[in-house]
Amino acid sequence: MSSKDIKELGWDELVPGACLFSFTEPVENVVDLTMDERPYAPTNSHEASVGDWRVEKPVYNRDLCIDCQFCWIFCPDISIISRDKKMIGIDYDHCKGCGICVEVCPTNPKSLLMFPEQTDNEEALASWPEKEKK
Amino acid sequence: MTKKIRNLKEFSTSNDRYEGANLMCPGCSHNIIVREVLNATDNPVLIATATGCLEVCTAVYPYTSWDVSWIHIGFENASTAIASAQVMYEVLKRKGRLPESTMRAIEEGREPKFVAFGGDGATYDIGFQWLSGCFERGHDFMYVCLDNEVYANTGGQRSSSTPIGASTTTSPAGNVSYGEKMMKKSMVEIMADHGAPYVAQVAPNKWKDLVKKIQKGFETKGPVYINAMSACTTEWKHAPENTIDVSELGVESCVWPLYEIINERDEHGIIYSTKLNITYRPKNKIPVEEYLAAQPRFKHLFKPENRHIIDLWQKMVDIRWENLQKREEAGV
Ligand SMILES: Cc1ncc(C[n+]2csc(CCOP(=O)(O)OP(=O)(O)O)c2C)c(N)n1
Ligand code: SF4
Ligand code: SF4
Ligand code: SF4
Repeated sequence: MSSKDIKELGWDELVPGACLFSFTEPVENVVDLTMDERPYAPTNSHEASVGDWRVEKPVYNRDLCIDCQFCWIFCPDISIISRDKKMIGIDYDHCKGCGICVEVCPTNPKSLLMFPEQTDNEEALASWPEKEKK
Repeated sequence: MTKKIRNLKEFSTSNDRYEGANLMCPGCSHNIIVREVLNATDNPVLIATATGCLEVCTAVYPYTSWDVSWIHIGFENASTAIASAQVMYEVLKRKGRLPESTMRAIEEGREPKFVAFGGDGATYDIGFQWLSGCFERGHDFMYVCLDNEVYANTGGQRSSSTPIGASTTTSPAGNVSYGEKMMKKSMVEIMADHGAPYVAQVAPNKWKDLVKKIQKGFETKGPVYINAMSACTTEWKHAPENTIDVSELGVESCVWPLYEIINERDEHGIIYSTKLNITYRPKNKIPVEEYLAAQPRFKHLFKPENRHIIDLWQKMVDIRWENLQKREEAGV
Protein backbone atom coordinates (compact mmCIF):
# COMPACT_ATOMS: atom_id res chain seq x y z
CA MET A 1 0.00 0.00 0.00
CA SER A 2 1.14 3.50 -0.61
CA SER A 3 1.56 5.89 2.28
CA LYS A 4 -1.09 8.20 0.85
CA ASP A 5 -4.28 8.71 2.80
CA ILE A 6 -6.99 6.41 1.44
CA LYS A 7 -9.12 9.39 0.47
CA GLU A 8 -6.28 10.74 -1.69
CA LEU A 9 -5.97 7.50 -3.65
CA GLY A 10 -7.60 7.48 -7.06
CA TRP A 11 -9.88 4.62 -8.04
CA ASP A 12 -7.13 3.34 -10.40
CA GLU A 13 -4.68 3.10 -7.51
CA LEU A 14 -7.04 0.96 -5.43
CA VAL A 15 -5.70 -2.54 -4.94
CA PRO A 16 -7.95 -5.61 -5.20
CA GLY A 17 -8.92 -6.79 -1.75
CA ALA A 18 -8.87 -3.24 -0.44
CA CYS A 19 -10.28 -2.43 2.98
CA LEU A 20 -12.50 0.53 3.75
CA PHE A 21 -12.20 1.63 7.37
CA SER A 22 -15.16 2.50 9.55
CA PHE A 23 -13.24 3.76 12.58
CA THR A 24 -9.89 5.34 13.33
CA GLU A 25 -9.18 2.81 16.07
CA PRO A 26 -10.46 -0.67 16.92
CA VAL A 27 -13.91 -0.64 18.51
CA GLU A 28 -14.78 -3.72 20.52
CA ASN A 29 -18.52 -3.57 20.90
CA VAL A 30 -19.93 -1.05 18.55
CA VAL A 31 -23.50 -1.72 19.80
CA ASP A 32 -22.49 -0.30 23.17
CA LEU A 33 -21.64 3.08 21.64
CA THR A 34 -24.17 5.64 20.44
CA MET A 35 -23.38 7.29 17.14
CA ASP A 36 -22.24 10.41 19.03
CA GLU A 37 -19.49 8.43 20.80
CA ARG A 38 -17.88 6.55 17.90
CA PRO A 39 -14.41 7.25 16.50
CA TYR A 40 -15.61 7.52 12.90
CA ALA A 41 -12.95 7.40 10.21
CA PRO A 42 -13.18 9.91 7.36
CA THR A 43 -13.94 6.88 5.16
CA ASN A 44 -17.16 6.07 7.05
CA SER A 45 -20.21 7.34 5.16
CA HIS A 46 -21.40 8.79 8.48
CA GLU A 47 -18.91 11.56 7.74
CA ALA A 48 -20.41 12.21 4.30
CA SER A 49 -23.53 14.16 3.41
CA VAL A 50 -26.31 13.38 0.97
CA GLY A 51 -28.36 16.37 2.08
CA ASP A 52 -27.94 17.97 -1.33
CA TRP A 53 -30.17 15.23 -2.84
CA ARG A 54 -33.10 16.76 -1.08
CA VAL A 55 -35.80 18.85 -2.71
CA GLU A 56 -38.01 18.82 0.35
CA LYS A 57 -37.04 18.32 3.97
CA PRO A 58 -38.97 17.05 6.96
CA VAL A 59 -39.45 19.56 9.78
CA TYR A 60 -40.09 18.22 13.26
CA ASN A 61 -42.53 19.65 15.81
CA ARG A 62 -41.63 18.53 19.33
CA ASP A 63 -44.88 19.89 20.81
CA LEU A 64 -47.01 17.32 19.00
CA CYS A 65 -44.74 14.25 19.08
CA ILE A 66 -45.80 11.25 21.16
CA ASP A 67 -42.44 9.44 20.74
CA CYS A 68 -44.03 6.41 19.11
CA GLN A 69 -40.79 5.84 17.13
CA PHE A 70 -42.47 4.88 13.86
CA CYS A 71 -40.34 7.48 12.11
CA TRP A 72 -37.22 5.97 13.67
CA ILE A 73 -37.88 2.41 12.54
CA PHE A 74 -39.04 3.27 9.03
CA CYS A 75 -36.52 5.98 8.09
CA PRO A 76 -34.31 4.24 5.54
CA ASP A 77 -31.42 6.59 6.18
CA ILE A 78 -30.87 6.47 9.92
CA SER A 79 -31.75 10.16 10.01
CA ILE A 80 -34.20 10.18 12.89
CA ILE A 81 -32.24 10.95 16.02
CA SER A 82 -33.72 9.05 18.95
CA ARG A 83 -32.09 8.87 22.35
CA ASP A 84 -33.54 7.19 25.45
CA LYS A 85 -36.82 6.32 23.71
CA LYS A 86 -37.35 9.94 22.66
CA MET A 87 -37.34 11.41 19.18
CA ILE A 88 -35.09 14.46 19.38
CA GLY A 89 -34.55 15.61 15.83
CA ILE A 90 -33.47 15.01 12.27
CA ASP A 91 -29.99 14.46 10.94
CA TYR A 92 -30.06 16.69 7.86
CA ASP A 93 -26.69 15.45 6.55
CA HIS A 94 -28.09 11.95 6.04
CA CYS A 95 -31.76 12.64 5.29
CA LYS A 96 -32.61 12.26 1.60
CA GLY A 97 -36.08 13.77 1.93
CA CYS A 98 -38.01 10.63 1.04
CA GLY A 99 -40.97 11.60 3.21
CA ILE A 100 -41.56 8.18 4.78
CA CYS A 101 -41.28 9.61 8.31
CA VAL A 102 -44.11 12.04 7.56
CA GLU A 103 -46.30 9.31 6.05
CA VAL A 104 -45.96 7.04 9.09
CA CYS A 105 -46.32 9.73 11.76
CA PRO A 106 -49.66 9.02 13.47
CA THR A 107 -50.38 12.29 15.30
CA ASN A 108 -53.04 14.78 14.24
CA PRO A 109 -51.76 17.14 13.02
CA LYS A 110 -48.56 15.35 12.10
CA SER A 111 -45.43 15.99 14.15
CA LEU A 112 -43.32 15.87 10.99
CA LEU A 113 -44.14 17.65 7.75
CA MET A 114 -42.31 18.12 4.48
CA PHE A 115 -41.35 21.67 3.47
CA PRO A 116 -39.37 22.99 0.50
CA GLU A 117 -35.66 22.70 1.28
CA GLN A 118 -35.13 26.47 1.48
CA THR A 119 -37.86 27.06 4.09
CA ASP A 120 -36.63 28.29 7.44
CA ASN A 121 -37.51 25.76 10.17
CA GLU A 122 -38.85 28.48 12.51
CA GLU A 123 -41.15 29.71 9.77
CA ALA A 124 -42.29 26.18 9.06
CA LEU A 125 -43.13 25.63 12.73
CA ALA A 126 -45.05 28.93 12.84
CA SER A 127 -47.19 27.83 9.89
CA TRP A 128 -48.05 24.38 11.33
CA PRO A 129 -51.59 23.27 10.42
CA GLU A 130 -54.40 22.91 12.97
CA LYS A 131 -55.82 19.57 14.00
CA GLU A 132 -57.74 18.00 11.11
CA LYS A 133 -61.39 17.24 11.78
CA LYS A 134 -62.43 13.73 10.92
CA MET B 1 -28.45 -14.31 24.46
CA THR B 2 -31.48 -12.94 22.65
CA LYS B 3 -31.97 -9.20 22.79
CA LYS B 4 -35.20 -8.25 24.56
CA ILE B 5 -37.44 -6.08 22.40
CA ARG B 6 -40.89 -5.66 23.90
CA ASN B 7 -41.99 -2.64 21.92
CA LEU B 8 -40.85 -0.05 19.44
CA LYS B 9 -39.69 2.42 22.10
CA GLU B 10 -37.38 -0.20 23.53
CA PHE B 11 -36.19 -1.15 20.04
CA SER B 12 -35.36 2.49 19.29
CA THR B 13 -32.62 2.46 21.93
CA SER B 14 -30.61 0.22 19.56
CA ASN B 15 -27.35 1.72 18.40
CA ASP B 16 -27.36 1.30 14.65
CA ARG B 17 -24.41 -0.44 13.03
CA TYR B 18 -25.30 0.72 9.55
CA GLU B 19 -24.77 4.28 8.35
CA GLY B 20 -26.71 6.90 6.45
CA ALA B 21 -25.29 8.84 3.52
CA ASN B 22 -25.13 5.58 1.62
CA LEU B 23 -26.25 5.90 -1.99
CA MET B 24 -29.47 3.87 -1.91
CA CYS B 25 -32.43 5.70 -3.49
CA PRO B 26 -34.59 7.80 -1.16
CA GLY B 27 -37.25 5.53 0.34
CA CYS B 28 -35.48 2.23 -0.44
CA SER B 29 -36.73 -0.78 1.55
CA HIS B 30 -33.35 -2.54 1.40
CA ASN B 31 -32.06 -0.04 3.97
CA ILE B 32 -35.05 -0.51 6.27
CA ILE B 33 -34.66 -4.30 6.21
CA VAL B 34 -30.89 -4.24 6.83
CA ARG B 35 -31.36 -2.00 9.88
CA GLU B 36 -34.12 -4.18 11.29
CA VAL B 37 -31.96 -7.30 10.87
CA LEU B 38 -28.83 -5.76 12.41
CA ASN B 39 -30.73 -4.22 15.30
CA ALA B 40 -32.42 -7.53 16.14
CA THR B 41 -29.26 -8.60 17.97
CA ASP B 42 -26.51 -7.08 20.10
CA ASN B 43 -24.12 -9.88 19.15
CA PRO B 44 -21.25 -9.21 16.77
CA VAL B 45 -22.47 -9.69 13.21
CA LEU B 46 -20.39 -10.54 10.15
CA ILE B 47 -21.88 -9.80 6.78
CA ALA B 48 -21.33 -10.75 3.17
CA THR B 49 -23.23 -8.89 0.49
CA ALA B 50 -23.85 -9.99 -3.08
CA THR B 51 -23.46 -7.42 -5.85
CA GLY B 52 -26.65 -5.45 -6.26
CA CYS B 53 -28.02 -2.17 -4.96
CA LEU B 54 -27.05 -2.91 -1.37
CA GLU B 55 -23.41 -3.64 -2.10
CA VAL B 56 -22.91 -1.06 -4.79
CA CYS B 57 -24.45 1.75 -2.74
CA THR B 58 -22.87 1.07 0.67
CA ALA B 59 -19.23 0.64 -0.33
CA VAL B 60 -18.68 3.44 -2.79
CA TYR B 61 -14.96 4.04 -2.74
CA PRO B 62 -13.59 5.51 -0.51
CA TYR B 63 -16.61 5.18 1.80
CA THR B 64 -18.17 2.33 3.75
CA SER B 65 -21.55 2.39 5.49
CA TRP B 66 -20.88 -0.69 7.62
CA ASP B 67 -19.84 -0.55 11.27
CA VAL B 68 -19.62 -4.36 11.34
CA SER B 69 -17.26 -6.70 9.52
CA TRP B 70 -18.42 -6.81 5.94
CA ILE B 71 -17.21 -8.51 2.81
CA HIS B 72 -18.10 -8.37 -0.83
CA ILE B 73 -16.73 -10.87 -3.34
CA GLY B 74 -18.67 -12.06 -6.41
CA PHE B 75 -22.29 -11.39 -7.30
CA GLU B 76 -23.10 -15.07 -7.02
CA ASN B 77 -21.35 -16.25 -3.89
CA ALA B 78 -22.16 -14.15 -0.84
CA SER B 79 -23.54 -17.35 0.70
CA THR B 80 -20.30 -19.28 0.16
CA ALA B 81 -18.21 -16.36 1.46
CA ILE B 82 -20.08 -16.06 4.74
CA ALA B 83 -20.42 -19.84 5.20
CA SER B 84 -16.64 -20.10 4.80
CA ALA B 85 -16.06 -17.30 7.29
CA GLN B 86 -18.27 -19.18 9.75
CA VAL B 87 -16.29 -22.40 9.25
CA MET B 88 -13.03 -20.52 9.72
CA TYR B 89 -14.39 -19.05 12.93
CA GLU B 90 -15.23 -22.54 14.22
CA VAL B 91 -11.74 -23.80 13.43
CA LEU B 92 -10.01 -20.83 15.08
CA LYS B 93 -12.23 -21.26 18.12
CA ARG B 94 -11.33 -24.95 18.37
CA LYS B 95 -7.64 -24.13 18.04
CA GLY B 96 -7.89 -21.35 20.63
CA ARG B 97 -6.75 -18.74 18.15
CA LEU B 98 -9.60 -16.25 18.29
CA PRO B 99 -8.75 -12.68 19.30
CA GLU B 100 -9.33 -11.80 22.95
CA SER B 101 -12.18 -9.42 22.21
CA THR B 102 -14.06 -12.19 20.40
CA MET B 103 -13.45 -14.58 23.29
CA ARG B 104 -14.85 -11.99 25.70
CA ALA B 105 -17.93 -11.51 23.51
CA ILE B 106 -18.50 -15.29 23.52
CA GLU B 107 -18.14 -15.43 27.32
CA GLU B 108 -20.77 -12.69 27.62
CA GLY B 109 -23.08 -14.87 25.55
CA ARG B 110 -22.58 -12.83 22.41
CA GLU B 111 -21.61 -15.46 19.87
CA PRO B 112 -20.92 -13.87 16.45
CA LYS B 113 -23.69 -14.20 13.85
CA PHE B 114 -23.04 -14.72 10.15
CA VAL B 115 -25.38 -13.17 7.59
CA ALA B 116 -25.43 -12.95 3.79
CA PHE B 117 -27.60 -10.42 1.95
CA GLY B 118 -28.51 -10.79 -1.71
CA GLY B 119 -31.09 -9.34 -4.06
CA ASP B 120 -33.53 -11.65 -5.81
CA GLY B 121 -31.29 -11.69 -8.90
CA ALA B 122 -28.39 -12.87 -6.76
CA THR B 123 -30.60 -15.33 -4.88
CA TYR B 124 -33.25 -16.78 -7.20
CA ASP B 125 -31.03 -16.88 -10.30
CA ILE B 126 -27.32 -16.21 -10.39
CA GLY B 127 -26.35 -17.21 -6.84
CA PHE B 128 -28.82 -20.07 -6.54
CA GLN B 129 -26.28 -22.86 -7.09
CA TRP B 130 -24.00 -21.55 -4.34
CA LEU B 131 -26.91 -20.92 -2.00
CA SER B 132 -28.34 -24.38 -2.61
CA GLY B 133 -24.91 -25.93 -1.99
CA CYS B 134 -24.50 -24.12 1.32
CA PHE B 135 -27.94 -25.24 2.46
CA GLU B 136 -27.38 -28.82 1.34
CA ARG B 137 -24.13 -28.96 3.31
CA GLY B 138 -25.88 -27.45 6.31
CA HIS B 139 -23.68 -24.44 7.03
CA ASP B 140 -24.53 -22.37 10.09
CA PHE B 141 -25.52 -18.96 8.72
CA MET B 142 -28.47 -16.78 7.77
CA TYR B 143 -29.27 -15.79 4.21
CA VAL B 144 -31.54 -12.77 3.73
CA CYS B 145 -32.96 -12.17 0.27
CA LEU B 146 -33.92 -8.54 -0.35
CA ASP B 147 -36.68 -9.43 -2.79
CA ASN B 148 -37.57 -6.44 -4.97
CA GLU B 149 -38.57 -8.78 -7.81
CA VAL B 150 -36.13 -7.29 -10.30
CA TYR B 151 -32.44 -6.75 -11.09
CA ALA B 152 -32.66 -3.18 -9.85
CA ASN B 153 -29.03 -2.22 -9.85
CA THR B 154 -28.41 -2.90 -13.53
CA GLY B 155 -31.48 -1.11 -14.78
CA GLY B 156 -34.50 -3.22 -13.90
CA GLN B 157 -34.31 -6.48 -15.84
CA ARG B 158 -36.79 -9.27 -14.98
CA SER B 159 -35.65 -12.06 -12.69
CA SER B 160 -37.29 -15.37 -11.83
CA SER B 161 -38.82 -13.50 -8.91
CA THR B 162 -40.60 -10.97 -11.15
CA PRO B 163 -44.34 -11.64 -10.93
CA ILE B 164 -46.72 -11.94 -13.85
CA GLY B 165 -47.74 -8.70 -15.52
CA ALA B 166 -44.88 -6.57 -14.19
CA SER B 167 -43.33 -4.28 -16.76
CA THR B 168 -39.54 -4.44 -16.60
CA THR B 169 -36.84 -3.40 -19.07
CA THR B 170 -36.61 -6.97 -20.42
CA SER B 171 -40.33 -7.72 -20.17
CA PRO B 172 -41.75 -4.36 -21.16
CA ALA B 173 -45.51 -3.85 -21.38
CA GLY B 174 -46.79 -2.24 -24.57
CA ASN B 175 -49.07 -2.83 -27.52
CA VAL B 176 -48.10 -6.49 -27.90
CA SER B 177 -47.35 -7.52 -24.34
CA TYR B 178 -48.78 -7.18 -20.83
CA GLY B 179 -45.27 -7.56 -19.37
CA GLU B 180 -43.76 -10.54 -17.56
CA LYS B 181 -45.40 -13.83 -18.60
CA MET B 182 -44.47 -16.17 -15.76
CA MET B 183 -45.56 -16.34 -12.16
CA LYS B 184 -42.88 -15.76 -9.55
CA LYS B 185 -40.78 -18.72 -8.43
CA SER B 186 -41.51 -19.97 -4.88
CA MET B 187 -38.16 -19.45 -3.27
CA VAL B 188 -39.38 -19.90 0.32
CA GLU B 189 -40.66 -23.40 -0.43
CA ILE B 190 -37.57 -24.29 -2.47
CA MET B 191 -35.28 -23.37 0.40
CA ALA B 192 -37.53 -25.16 2.90
CA ASP B 193 -37.31 -28.30 0.74
CA HIS B 194 -33.56 -28.30 1.36
CA GLY B 195 -34.51 -29.24 4.90
CA ALA B 196 -33.26 -25.97 6.35
CA PRO B 197 -34.22 -25.82 10.03
CA TYR B 198 -35.75 -22.36 9.67
CA VAL B 199 -37.20 -20.54 6.68
CA ALA B 200 -39.44 -17.49 6.82
CA GLN B 201 -41.01 -14.73 4.79
CA VAL B 202 -41.04 -11.22 6.21
CA ALA B 203 -41.95 -7.64 5.32
CA PRO B 204 -40.25 -4.51 6.70
CA ASN B 205 -43.54 -2.78 7.61
CA LYS B 206 -44.33 -5.62 10.04
CA TRP B 207 -41.15 -4.89 11.97
CA LYS B 208 -42.02 -6.90 15.07
CA ASP B 209 -42.77 -10.06 13.10
CA LEU B 210 -39.56 -9.53 11.14
CA VAL B 211 -37.40 -9.03 14.22
CA LYS B 212 -38.91 -12.06 15.94
CA LYS B 213 -38.12 -14.25 12.95
CA ILE B 214 -34.58 -12.91 12.66
CA GLN B 215 -34.05 -13.64 16.35
CA LYS B 216 -35.40 -17.15 15.89
CA GLY B 217 -33.09 -17.54 12.93
CA PHE B 218 -30.08 -16.41 14.95
CA GLU B 219 -30.89 -18.98 17.63
CA THR B 220 -31.13 -21.73 15.04
CA LYS B 221 -28.15 -23.94 14.30
CA GLY B 222 -27.78 -24.56 10.57
CA PRO B 223 -28.80 -22.64 7.48
CA VAL B 224 -31.63 -20.12 7.76
CA TYR B 225 -33.36 -18.51 4.81
CA ILE B 226 -35.32 -15.27 5.10
CA ASN B 227 -37.25 -13.86 2.17
CA ALA B 228 -37.93 -10.16 2.68
CA MET B 229 -40.33 -8.11 0.60
CA SER B 230 -38.39 -5.06 -0.54
CA ALA B 231 -40.55 -2.46 -2.26
CA CYS B 232 -38.28 -0.61 -4.73
CA THR B 233 -39.30 2.96 -5.43
CA THR B 234 -37.32 3.06 -8.67
CA GLU B 235 -38.53 -0.17 -10.27
CA TRP B 236 -41.98 -0.54 -8.69
CA LYS B 237 -42.28 3.14 -9.55
CA HIS B 238 -44.20 4.30 -6.50
CA ALA B 239 -43.38 7.61 -4.79
CA PRO B 240 -40.63 7.22 -2.16
CA GLU B 241 -42.88 8.23 0.74
CA ASN B 242 -45.24 5.34 -0.11
CA THR B 243 -42.77 2.50 0.52
CA ILE B 244 -44.40 1.48 3.79
CA ASP B 245 -47.97 1.86 2.43
CA VAL B 246 -47.16 -0.34 -0.57
CA SER B 247 -45.67 -2.96 1.75
CA GLU B 248 -48.82 -2.85 3.91
CA LEU B 249 -50.95 -3.52 0.83
CA GLY B 250 -48.71 -6.49 -0.04
CA VAL B 251 -49.22 -8.06 3.37
CA GLU B 252 -52.92 -7.21 3.73
CA SER B 253 -53.74 -8.68 0.29
CA CYS B 254 -51.78 -11.89 1.08
CA VAL B 255 -49.57 -11.30 -1.95
CA TRP B 256 -46.76 -11.43 0.65
CA PRO B 257 -48.02 -13.83 3.28
CA LEU B 258 -45.99 -13.78 6.48
CA TYR B 259 -45.15 -17.30 7.57
CA GLU B 260 -42.36 -19.59 8.70
CA ILE B 261 -41.39 -23.20 8.07
CA ILE B 262 -39.57 -25.25 10.69
CA ASN B 263 -37.89 -28.47 9.56
CA GLU B 264 -36.22 -31.33 11.34
CA ARG B 265 -33.54 -32.91 9.17
CA ASP B 266 -30.84 -35.43 9.96
CA GLU B 267 -27.29 -35.49 8.66
CA HIS B 268 -28.30 -37.66 5.71
CA GLY B 269 -30.84 -35.10 4.56
CA ILE B 270 -33.93 -37.00 5.65
CA ILE B 271 -36.61 -34.49 6.63
CA TYR B 272 -38.49 -36.01 9.58
CA SER B 273 -40.97 -33.26 10.19
CA THR B 274 -42.09 -29.98 8.70
CA LYS B 275 -44.25 -27.42 10.40
CA LEU B 276 -45.65 -24.31 8.79
CA ASN B 277 -46.95 -21.35 10.84
CA ILE B 278 -48.77 -18.36 9.44
CA THR B 279 -47.53 -15.51 11.62
CA TYR B 280 -49.89 -12.78 10.45
CA ARG B 281 -53.49 -13.10 9.34
CA PRO B 282 -55.08 -10.00 7.79
CA LYS B 283 -58.41 -9.15 9.41
CA ASN B 284 -59.91 -8.31 6.04
CA LYS B 285 -57.96 -9.75 3.12
CA ILE B 286 -57.98 -6.90 0.59
CA PRO B 287 -58.23 -7.47 -3.19
CA VAL B 288 -54.90 -7.91 -5.01
CA GLU B 289 -56.03 -5.11 -7.27
CA GLU B 290 -55.31 -2.57 -4.53
CA TYR B 291 -51.72 -3.77 -4.23
CA LEU B 292 -51.23 -3.67 -8.02
CA ALA B 293 -52.87 -0.25 -8.37
CA ALA B 294 -50.35 1.30 -5.98
CA GLN B 295 -47.44 0.46 -8.30
CA PRO B 296 -47.07 1.96 -11.77
CA ARG B 297 -45.12 -1.15 -12.89
CA PHE B 298 -48.60 -2.76 -13.13
CA LYS B 299 -50.44 0.29 -14.47
CA HIS B 300 -51.13 -1.27 -17.92
CA LEU B 301 -52.97 -4.20 -16.30
CA PHE B 302 -55.89 -1.88 -15.65
CA LYS B 303 -56.55 -1.49 -19.40
CA PRO B 304 -59.59 -3.56 -20.46
CA GLU B 305 -57.52 -5.92 -22.63
CA ASN B 306 -55.25 -6.85 -19.68
CA ARG B 307 -57.82 -7.19 -16.90
CA HIS B 308 -57.66 -10.97 -17.18
CA ILE B 309 -54.10 -10.84 -15.77
CA ILE B 310 -55.44 -9.22 -12.61
CA ASP B 311 -57.91 -12.10 -12.35
CA LEU B 312 -55.05 -14.57 -12.75
CA TRP B 313 -53.15 -12.77 -10.03
CA GLN B 314 -56.09 -12.97 -7.64
CA LYS B 315 -56.54 -16.66 -8.43
CA MET B 316 -52.87 -17.38 -7.75
CA VAL B 317 -52.84 -15.46 -4.47
CA ASP B 318 -56.05 -17.17 -3.28
CA ILE B 319 -54.73 -20.64 -4.12
CA ARG B 320 -51.46 -20.01 -2.29
CA TRP B 321 -53.17 -18.53 0.76
CA GLU B 322 -55.56 -21.48 0.85
CA ASN B 323 -52.63 -23.92 0.59
CA LEU B 324 -50.68 -22.22 3.33
CA GLN B 325 -53.66 -22.49 5.66
CA LYS B 326 -54.16 -26.14 4.77
CA ARG B 327 -50.49 -26.87 5.43
CA GLU B 328 -50.61 -25.05 8.73
CA GLU B 329 -53.70 -26.95 9.80
CA ALA B 330 -52.29 -30.31 8.75
CA GLY B 331 -48.91 -29.59 10.39
CA VAL B 332 -46.90 -30.44 7.27
C1 LIG C 1 -21.61 -12.75 -12.39
C2 LIG C 1 -22.18 -11.39 -12.56
N1 LIG C 1 -23.15 -11.18 -13.49
C3 LIG C 1 -23.69 -9.96 -13.63
C4 LIG C 1 -23.27 -8.91 -12.88
C5 LIG C 1 -23.88 -7.53 -13.08
N2 LIG C 1 -24.79 -7.15 -12.01
C6 LIG C 1 -24.41 -6.36 -11.00
S1 LIG C 1 -25.66 -5.95 -9.95
C7 LIG C 1 -26.75 -6.86 -10.86
C8 LIG C 1 -28.22 -6.91 -10.51
C9 LIG C 1 -28.49 -7.27 -9.10
O1 LIG C 1 -29.85 -7.55 -8.94
P1 LIG C 1 -30.43 -8.17 -7.62
O2 LIG C 1 -29.58 -9.28 -7.15
O3 LIG C 1 -31.87 -8.46 -7.81
O4 LIG C 1 -30.25 -7.00 -6.54
P2 LIG C 1 -30.88 -5.53 -6.52
O5 LIG C 1 -29.93 -4.66 -7.30
O6 LIG C 1 -32.22 -5.62 -7.13
O7 LIG C 1 -30.90 -5.18 -5.09
C10 LIG C 1 -26.12 -7.46 -11.97
C11 LIG C 1 -26.79 -8.28 -12.99
C12 LIG C 1 -22.24 -9.13 -11.93
N3 LIG C 1 -21.80 -8.16 -11.13
N4 LIG C 1 -21.71 -10.37 -11.80
S1 SF4 D 1 -37.46 12.24 4.90
FE1 SF4 D 1 -36.83 10.09 4.70
S2 SF4 D 1 -34.63 10.13 5.05
FE2 SF4 D 1 -35.44 12.06 5.82
S3 SF4 D 1 -35.81 11.68 7.99
FE3 SF4 D 1 -37.72 11.28 6.90
S4 SF4 D 1 -37.70 9.09 6.50
FE4 SF4 D 1 -35.60 9.69 7.00
S1 SF4 E 1 -43.66 9.22 14.09
FE1 SF4 E 1 -44.33 11.26 14.71
S2 SF4 E 1 -45.18 11.02 16.77
FE2 SF4 E 1 -43.98 9.17 16.31
S3 SF4 E 1 -41.95 9.62 17.16
FE3 SF4 E 1 -41.89 10.23 15.02
S4 SF4 E 1 -42.42 12.41 15.02
FE4 SF4 E 1 -43.01 11.58 17.01
S1 SF4 F 1 -33.18 0.84 -7.29
FE1 SF4 F 1 -34.67 0.05 -5.81
S2 SF4 F 1 -33.56 -1.44 -4.55
FE2 SF4 F 1 -32.05 -0.21 -5.66
S3 SF4 F 1 -31.51 1.43 -4.23
FE3 SF4 F 1 -33.14 2.20 -5.54
S4 SF4 F 1 -35.04 1.76 -4.43
FE4 SF4 F 1 -33.42 0.51 -3.52
